[in-house]
Amino acid sequence: MSPVNDREVVLDVRNLQTYFKTDAGIVKAVDGVSFTLHKGQTLGIVGESGSGKSVTNLSIMRLIPSPPGKVVGGEAIFEGTDILALEEKEMRTIRGNKISMIFQDPMTSLNPFLRISTQMIETIRLHTKGISKNEALERSIEMLKLVGIPSAKKRVHAYPHQFSGGMRQRVMIAMALSCNAEILIADEPTTALDVTIQAQILDLIKNLSEKMGTSVILITHDLGVVAGMCDEVCVMYAGRIVEKAETEKLYAFPAHPYTEGLIKSVPRMDTSKKGERLYSIEGQPPNVIDLPPCCPFHPRCPKAMDVCRASYAPITDLGEGHEVACWLYNSEEEKAVALKEAQA
Amino acid sequence: MTKYIVNRILGMIPTLFIIITLSFFIVRIAPGGPLSAERNLTDVVRRNIEAKYHLDEPLIKQYARYMFDVMRGDLGPSFKYKDYDVNYYIATSLPKSIVLGICAMAISVTIGMGIGIIAAVRQNSWIDYLTMGLAVIGISVPLFVIAPVFQLIFAVKLKWLPTSGWYTTGEGYLTIILPAVSLSFEYFANIARLTRSSMLETLRSDYIRTAKAKGMKRSAIIFKHAMKGALLPVVSYLGPAFAGIITGSVVVEQIFRVPGLGKFFVQSSFNRDYTLIVGVVIVYSVILIFMNFIVDIIYAQLDPRITYK
Repeated sequence: MSPVNDREVVLDVRNLQTYFKTDAGIVKAVDGVSFTLHKGQTLGIVGESGSGKSVTNLSIMRLIPSPPGKVVGGEAIFEGTDILALEEKEMRTIRGNKISMIFQDPMTSLNPFLRISTQMIETIRLHTKGISKNEALERSIEMLKLVGIPSAKKRVHAYPHQFSGGMRQRVMIAMALSCNAEILIADEPTTALDVTIQAQILDLIKNLSEKMGTSVILITHDLGVVAGMCDEVCVMYAGRIVEKAETEKLYAFPAHPYTEGLIKSVPRMDTSKKGERLYSIEGQPPNVIDLPPCCPFHPRCPKAMDVCRASYAPITDLGEGHEVACWLYNSEEEKAVALKEAQA
Repeated sequence: MTKYIVNRILGMIPTLFIIITLSFFIVRIAPGGPLSAERNLTDVVRRNIEAKYHLDEPLIKQYARYMFDVMRGDLGPSFKYKDYDVNYYIATSLPKSIVLGICAMAISVTIGMGIGIIAAVRQNSWIDYLTMGLAVIGISVPLFVIAPVFQLIFAVKLKWLPTSGWYTTGEGYLTIILPAVSLSFEYFANIARLTRSSMLETLRSDYIRTAKAKGMKRSAIIFKHAMKGALLPVVSYLGPAFAGIITGSVVVEQIFRVPGLGKFFVQSSFNRDYTLIVGVVIVYSVILIFMNFIVDIIYAQLDPRITYK
């Protein structure tokens, strides 16, 4: 298999900006996020709550509640068109069809008043022209079998409350992939599930996406999930991507102090000593209302310099797609120039 | 389900038994009696009347007698109106109240739900503000103000509709409109507000987001995915509301001269007409219990998570 980065690009997000207007001020939930998703690739987006990972993907799906939210800048190129500029009607033919999404809480994400069959058939018929109800039902049953629902033929007519949490997430996945989506966005798909089920669901997403050639964007705050699932990882902090690298590289050589801190905060079986306290990053994530134009991580950063307090770091390419936004990787001249500009 | 329905119907019997017992004794605790208003009764006449209505017997014996009659479906003679018994008065007046109630209910449900949904879908638009403003007026202005104002506008000034009367007395079917509309006002307002708030809540739920992410149209989302969930609170309101609309039509019946049950409800209390009071109470209780029962059944039909065994 060729390295994923050489494959065809299915989604190219450039400089995405999503702001929310609140009484307290403008919240720059996503501020200049760029990434590319390749065919068959699984891209992880990691970050703390409020770092903008969900908003990034809801923006791509154009599901940001507006008002108060608004995509104010950037583009997302999918199949040659900027889907952020599409008419709502055209966007509807993409949602659930070419780009599907599954959500964090499977207990509430399915409509409790409608049968699974109704909910699946309506998705399939919405995006497949001329398919009859029976054909759509057959396809639903097939999909349910594919995601491992036992006696799918019978259970397709059940209501969501008759399924367990894990089974419901399987149904969600079946529904999301029922139209052969190009991209599956999974927004913390296992956070609400217990650990044994988590592994099953992640395996299922991995296997199905490989089988169907679907590219996956996996949003999570769990670095363990990323390590097992993703080809490439974006680390988000305060609405921006601070580091992007292939998964193995990110774990081996974390470049950004934040990434480093995150990796150190994961408890490990092999290297942790008994009685040792688990590392944690000091301080709190910043309030994203009216952020100053400096590195948002500098108050918590052990390596913070003067320039970090003055200006946001440009993205530096460390080679082979490893990118980082941190002043540590810039020359002294560049820092001096930025510092001078900020003071001026 | 059948078993549940049978159980519920059997369960109504003890409830009714308690209601009848309580109201039987409570009306007799109230000061005065059916004969208090008759000033110039000689002792002999009074004793004769009391003997005729069994008022001279011990209370517990009267109670036993009454219960026995009720079980046979006989609500007894009225203490005030001499010509007919309580059964007759209820049988002739109740249908009018029910017809009026159903008309009022139909108006409030259709308009209330419609307006509620529109207001929710167009939240914070002028339609939302206008309709909810109207709803607040509907809730705060009392019936005895709304009704005469309607009469003044539509009957006296515009002469579109008759001022009062009822179709059974030969005054035409148009007589239903004004009382039904006046009566529906408060309920329509409540239903509209309830529908709006529960629709808004439903539209914010996760499964609506899922439906959007599937690429569904907004109208399909509202009618197919949000409607059922949004209607549940409204349905649970409808049961007591229908009972309230029938019992609460007293004012409207007075203003529009509708020969309904409301008149007897009020008059019988003033007259200490023991049998008529309890009779009317029984009718209203049955309506309320029955409506709650219907609501529970509809609830189970709407929400698959609710099953009755």
